[in-house]
Amino acid sequence: MSAHGHTAELTHEHAVGTTKLFATVWVWLLLLTIVEVFLAYLRLEVHLMITILVGLSLIKAALIISYFMHMRFERLGLFLLLIPAMVFCICMMLIMFFPDSIRLMHLRPH
Amino acid sequence: MSDTEFEGIVASPWSGGASPFAINSKKLGMWLFIISDSLTFSALLISYAYVRLETPNWPRPFEIWPAIAKSSLMTFVLLSSSLTMVLGVNAAFNGDRKKTVRYLIATILCGIAFVAIHATEWVTLLGEGVTPWSNPFNPAAPLFGGTFFGLTGLHMLHVTIGVAYLAIIAWGFGKGKYTAEHVEVSGLYWHFVDLVWMFIFPMVYLLSVNPK
Repeated sequence: MSAHGHTAELTHEHAVGTTKLFATVWVWLLLLTIVEVFLAYLRLEVHLMITILVGLSLIKAALIISYFMHMRFERLGLFLLLIPAMVFCICMMLIMFFPDSIRLMHLRPH
Repeated sequence: MSDTEFEGIVASPWSGGASPFAINSKKLGMWLFIISDSLTFSALLISYAYVRLETPNWPRPFEIWPAIAKSSLMTFVLLSSSLTMVLGVNAAFNGDRKKTVRYLIATILCGIAFVAIHATEWVTLLGEGVTPWSNPFNPAAPLFGGTFFGLTGLHMLHVTIGVAYLAIIAWGFGKGKYTAEHVEVSGLYWHFVDLVWMFIFPMVYLLSVNPK
């Protein structure tokens, strides 16, 4: 990740990132939100809509975690400790979700 | 891997002197809490998505005006509060106590504005007869109220706790009781609340826009 904290000081007690960087991230988050609201205005089919929305939200979540939550500036070890475990647990929940919801969709009378 | 990093890792577990992640225990604790809390919210969102997709004629009560406009404004307020928070953390590390407290107060005000706008939204829905156990739009989908109030209610509880938490940190940091590390850890919590809203807003509001 970054070169910070690799030397004698083991916890970085200084500011990371600039005002300009954080303002840029904020603008990107707003732009992605505007895209989402615009998609709602188009009133797409619900399965397509939820796929696009979750995709865009994951990008926003990644931006918030990397920059606002400073993950970009931490050691790789912290990222490896936290994020894969979380993703794994969420995938385990989704394994129960997808087959069953698709089955119910097909069972539904048309 | 550089030598210094290697030494840091070897020295840490038994000597207790250093951390393999180069962060202190408070921050690691907050990160672990955030991961477990994110699983709570994912479980709620996944179960909501499940009933949302498999229920025919799920109610779509949200008009572009005012519900979607209002919730977009709430998203804007919460995103801006994250920006003031992260700038507050930077000011704290730069040792500027006055500026930090000002940024934290701006964050708190945004949080209060979010809760206030959200409360009007709740009152509107309650006025239309939606409760956690009933749904006037389509009696065949009684879970609408339950999932809506469950998800947004738990998130609102997080925002309210966050406002109180930041108020304590702002007061203590202004007095010199707390360090910049405290501000950063409270910032992690606040950004997480913002992050969760980035999922709740599209899934709950944008997916139920009135089709007319």
